Amino acid sequence: MTTATDLRVMDGNKAAAMGVLLCRPDLVASYPISPQTPLLEALYRASAEGRLDAETVEVEGENSALSAAIGAVAAGGRAFTATSSMGLMFMYDAYLFAAGQRVPVVMTVATREQTAPHTVSSGQQDIMMVKEGGWIQIVTESCQEILDSILVAYRLAEDPKIQLPVNVAYDGYYLSHLSEAVRVPEQAAVDRFLAPVGQGKRPVLSAAAPLTFGAFITGDLYTEYRYKHCQALQSALDLVDALDGEFLAAFGREYGGSVETYRAEDAEILMVGMGSHCGTLQVAVDALRAQGVSVGVARLRMFRPFPRARLAALMRGRKAVGVLDRSVCFGWGSGHLFVDVKAAAADLGGAIPMVNFIGGLAGADLRREMLERAVRATAARARGDQGPEVVWLNLE
Amino acid sequence: MQFHSPFEGAWADPETIHTILTGEWRLQRPVTREARCSHCGLCFLFCPNGCVRDRGRHFEADLDFCKGCGLCARVCPVAAVVMVEEEGA
Repeated sequence: MTTATDLRVMDGNKAAAMGVLLCRPDLVASYPISPQTPLLEALYRASAEGRLDAETVEVEGENSALSAAIGAVAAGGRAFTATSSMGLMFMYDAYLFAAGQRVPVVMTVATREQTAPHTVSSGQQDIMMVKEGGWIQIVTESCQEILDSILVAYRLAEDPKIQLPVNVAYDGYYLSHLSEAVRVPEQAAVDRFLAPVGQGKRPVLSAAAPLTFGAFITGDLYTEYRYKHCQALQSALDLVDALDGEFLAAFGREYGGSVETYRAEDAEILMVGMGSHCGTLQVAVDALRAQGVSVGVARLRMFRPFPRARLAALMRGRKAVGVLDRSVCFGWGSGHLFVDVKAAAADLGGAIPMVNFIGGLAGADLRREMLERAVRATAARARGDQGPEVVWLNLE
Repeated sequence: MQFHSPFEGAWADPETIHTILTGEWRLQRPVTREARCSHCGLCFLFCPNGCVRDRGRHFEADLDFCKGCGLCARVCPVAAVVMVEEEGA
């Protein structure tokens, strides 16, 4: 059951570094960019002090960082890299290659807005820009969950049936730079948790048994690899739910797999969100519950693959659904999460009143009273009130 | 569902690799007139596809892979290589 843990206070970048160290990577290659840089500094310090037995590659940019990680993984190793915002965009071709070639890299993204307008502040636009890239995307709410999700990420990535790269995303500054209490698991327990994956469980480059890697493919064979990629990605939904139970048994913590709920069982109103502000949302829900508003939260932990069936089941019978977005989906005029949640709601047949709240862009505050307002606005739609489909919280 | 690869992604065993015969793209083929060939090897060095083979006393293109670019004929100092139109299917 629960193993001995070390309770410490650390920010999200340190928690991520701690998670990476516990997974014993063979290679770390990364390029500094706010707000993930302190994570890199922590890993390179660990390497300098002999606490990280890994190749640490100093690269000239993010494209090379991910490419170095891809090479290490193809050669049978475990690799880690990290980035944010424009750095993620700069590694876009390597990003697509890693997924299409089925290279199980793990990369954290300390989320940040995209330029322009220029900013380095928090937002989830960067991970949304790559959501169709074929990676698994996990989005976390707390520093503890960052550390824990990195352990799960390697289990998902290196699973022989999946063999896909995984992003573990955490809100820049709100998580990357703010400190919380974090339980650090014992190394032996992490080793046991990761034992089912690792070397020898997937094809590797080796002079003794040569294989080609990344060959030119056309037509039917290309279609076959696309089909296999789609199947593997979708299968991560079941595996992440199963791993949640295994994680609970090993470390005494659980997160609900692909979706975590809060006071949702009997709720007439369901609020859907993703990331650190879901903690604030829970406080808002508690306050409104005390005033008789029947509301609960469904927090998506996995955005790709999208937990369509679980979310549809959670929305069934609700009187209204409110969706919080910290990114903008150009072309729909809403947030990205809203588009996907609406698509999942269509599986239910009947129309549920739905309203989208965009907020928290470029570090704009999502305060408790704003989220309470969002819940009340959603409750008003349940009563038949009319209003805009998309509400911009910070402009009200 | 019918699969052709035992791998999840574009990995392949070199023994069973799915090979594309680029020679199928060719509109003209190089023909080496053996008697004229001085065996200097310039065509071998210049071939961008790396498909010119040394046949001992002369060089000639491997037509499975030769795309018919004509560079071998262009660089041949004794005009031993001539390009001939491909005809038929």
